[in-house]
Amino acid sequence: MRNLLPVLSVLGALLVLWYLAVAPMNIRVALDQVERGGATVIPEGSVERRDVSVWRLMAQNSAHVKTGYALDRPRLPTPAQVGQELWKTTGAMAMKGRAWSKRSLIYHGWITLQSTLWGFFLGTSLGIIGAIAIVYSRVAEMSLMPWAIISQTIPIVALAPMIIVVSSQMGVDGRGFPKAIISAYLCYFPVLVGMVKGLRAPEVSQLDLLKTYDATGLQSFLKLRLPASVPYLFTSLKVGIAAALVGTIVGELPTGAISGLGARILIGDQFGTPLAIWSALFAAAILAGMLVTLLDLTQRLALRRMGMQA
Amino acid sequence: MAQAASGQKTSERVSDPIVAAENLNLTFETNDGPVHALSDVNLTINKGDFVSFIGPSGCGKTTFLRCIAGLETPTSGALSVNGMTPDEARRARAYGYVFQHAGLYPWRTIGGNIRLPLEIMGYSEADRAERVTRTLSMVDLEGFEKKYPWQLSGGMQQRASIARALAFDADILLMDEPFGALDEIVRDHLNEQLLKLWDSTEKTICFVTHSIPEAVYLSTRIVVMSPRPGRITDVIESTLPRERPLDLRETPEFLDIAHRVREGLRAGHSYDG
Repeated sequence: MRNLLPVLSVLGALLVLWYLAVAPMNIRVALDQVERGGATVIPEGSVERRDVSVWRLMAQNSAHVKTGYALDRPRLPTPAQVGQELWKTTGAMAMKGRAWSKRSLIYHGWITLQSTLWGFFLGTSLGIIGAIAIVYSRVAEMSLMPWAIISQTIPIVALAPMIIVVSSQMGVDGRGFPKAIISAYLCYFPVLVGMVKGLRAPEVSQLDLLKTYDATGLQSFLKLRLPASVPYLFTSLKVGIAAALVGTIVGELPTGAISGLGARILIGDQFGTPLAIWSALFAAAILAGMLVTLLDLTQRLALRRMGMQA
Repeated sequence: MAQAASGQKTSERVSDPIVAAENLNLTFETNDGPVHALSDVNLTINKGDFVSFIGPSGCGKTTFLRCIAGLETPTSGALSVNGMTPDEARRARAYGYVFQHAGLYPWRTIGGNIRLPLEIMGYSEADRAERVTRTLSMVDLEGFEKKYPWQLSGGMQQRASIARALAFDADILLMDEPFGALDEIVRDHLNEQLLKLWDSTEKTICFVTHSIPEAVYLSTRIVVMSPRPGRITDVIESTLPRERPLDLRETPEFLDIAHRVREGLRAGHSYDG
């Protein structure tokens, strides 16, 4: 509860800023609309207005500023409009039993979620296996680690179309698989780095102690390194799942996909419906928030069960 | 002087030595050139001895303990533990090691921590439970089996780590400044407990410490070491009785031995750096 006040103040400030920004962002569209409706606008004609700054337009046509808050196709929708659109395409449709309609964000979110989870699973597995190899083998550390770092410097938007082309060449049907690969590509890195740190977390004296017991390598891995890495694992899983979601959405953008939140964003852009873009954006943010919260709860539960809640 | 002392010891006791070091050398190669951590160390430790190693930092006391444990390999010289090489002794689980920091696993209960070596060494489930109960009572921690380390004080954690070293039947207990991080009052109490434990279990204990009173109070023999190169400068046989109440530390006999230890430390160390 103590944290709620600062969080809410920041949220409130953002909303105020957003509402303030709507006026200058939408003034041109609003003036065009009221002019078509027969109202007098200074200066007349949208070509005339092109060279006039939005501030001046707002000052000269102050009566029409409020129109910018209720446009059908605004440059920048108001938070309330986004909220209404979001509700219209999720809750309202679900209540009418049309949650799985192609126009429902629940359906598109589910498509995105599936790829995200596959990518997360794949990326996490790769990250953990890579970390184990790096911690136990100097050769792996020297050969794997630089490539892991280089892999993250390549812009994913450049790589995504290639992955899609390659996977379709290899005869993989559907878009789920390449999307999961792109998602895994973004997600494995934080898990790899976190797990390397986690598996190396035990102190030298703790490793020495196991040596005095003449413990095998497997025993010291299972009884010391693995449990010691659990807090690190969860921290990197939380970063990883968010990255996996971003990866999936990026994977949906250049593929000409027609379903998924990324496809909604792209289609909204192509058809000039900013409301669709914004609501898909918020749906993605809400989805990411839910996934991270879920992992956070799992982490608390796991650490408490392990007795590490100090 | 070390050789003289050990010679005297073997003449009064015929049993096989638990630890025998002969002309032991250990040199670490560092970027600043070689560091002589141990130089020509000769020492014999007999069964049932309580030997303390005392000296300033860098005198090689911890390094020597680690050599006995097989955690470091001497550059030259001979070292035997229980008649074996240190590495064989380690594989035979001949000793329990207590580090300066208790190093309990935070994700295991106290009982779980004591069970750790038993699990690794393959003791049966019933045997483990019995040993955990027994060793917990040896260090006065009955009823703490289900507690987690963070729920215990530093002194209790260190007692739990001693219990962990006692849980399997090693005859030798190697302790590297086990009470170094604890305050004076807790330390006194644990010293007294450790002596009782030593008396009742007849283990051989090698104990590294910084504290002169602690060394004198606990030991049957005190090995005084000095740095650069790490070497033994004196071995003092304690004349104190086996039964040692805490107020023994005010007797002239105790102070006399403490004085000799201090003299030994001063002789071996020029305080130049």
